[in-house]
Amino acid sequence: MSSSGHGHDHDHDHQEVPSDLTLRVKALESLLVDKGLVDRAALDALIDTYEHKVGPRNGARVVARAWVNAAYKKHLLEDATSAIAEFGFSGRQGEHMVALENTPKVHNLVVCTLCSCYPWPVLGLPPVWYKSAPYRSRAVIDPRGVLREFGLELPEDVEVRVWDSTAELRYLVLPERPAGSEKLSEDELAALVTRDAMVGVAKVTLPQPGARS
Amino acid sequence: MSQPDSVLQSESFADLPRLPRDEGGPVFAEPWEAQAFALAVKLSEQGYFTWKEWASALAGELKAAASRGEPDDGSRYYHHWLATLERLVTAKGLTDPAAMLVRKEAWADAYRHTPHGKPVELGAGSSGPSRP
Repeated sequence: MSSSGHGHDHDHDHQEVPSDLTLRVKALESLLVDKGLVDRAALDALIDTYEHKVGPRNGARVVARAWVNAAYKKHLLEDATSAIAEFGFSGRQGEHMVALENTPKVHNLVVCTLCSCYPWPVLGLPPVWYKSAPYRSRAVIDPRGVLREFGLELPEDVEVRVWDSTAELRYLVLPERPAGSEKLSEDELAALVTRDAMVGVAKVTLPQPGARS
Repeated sequence: MSQPDSVLQSESFADLPRLPRDEGGPVFAEPWEAQAFALAVKLSEQGYFTWKEWASALAGELKAAASRGEPDDGSRYYHHWLATLERLVTAKGLTDPAAMLVRKEAWADAYRHTPHGKPVELGAGSSGPSRP
């Protein structure tokens, strides 16, 4: 059977042309590579880093260290950029990091209202919701409502502080150490810390006993 | 070890758009997103534009998309990222829209002329430089 309606030998054994977006990126990349403006291997290495190496685990290690080591915590709150650099995590864009401590009376929430500035070195790349217009606009207008949607209901007497990130200034929330975690090691604590807690849309909790899967 | 994800309470704030959620899924939905991301970061690292310029250009693109009434639920984020990139490389004189269009067609052509299973390279079609 033949489905060819074309005059010449245009068979369907050839590759499907990818999406317009893919072609646009390929066009731009190959032009810049041809001009020697970027190196393809360097691009691939960068993608690999962000897909496999950087991520919220970096931030979790910073948080756990601050929980177990008072001197480190002081350093982190005074100069987060250098405290985080102790782990070898540093920004690609030279941005400054600020750590925000959650307490029983203060809850910090991070947003970027203009675009999606995010502390890449410690949290990897932002999740879809962080980049969305509802989050970007509502985190400022109605932070408690946003937190409620994430399942976090804060008592009325807790002050919610919203921090708007910029290209130069990125925030990392230092969540409260969960009660009952006194016996856990730094590594065990790091395993409890979630990305959401470090953005400020969740708290860090201990796994429920008997609810382990 | 994985944390139980908090349940989204959809009945609250029904009048406002719901927040898109994820389960810490893939960083990039498609390869082109990763490539567009890497290009912007590398060009900035190499000094063709500052990250502040980038952030401000991207913010402008997102704002323009919102004012056109496009849904901005985060899913089209890298579409805006790519548009910003194309605009900025043009503004900086690194390449131009005509060259990008010609090259895009060359790639489409290369796909049409490359048999299944073979790597697609420029030059497989009728035009475009061939590279090793």
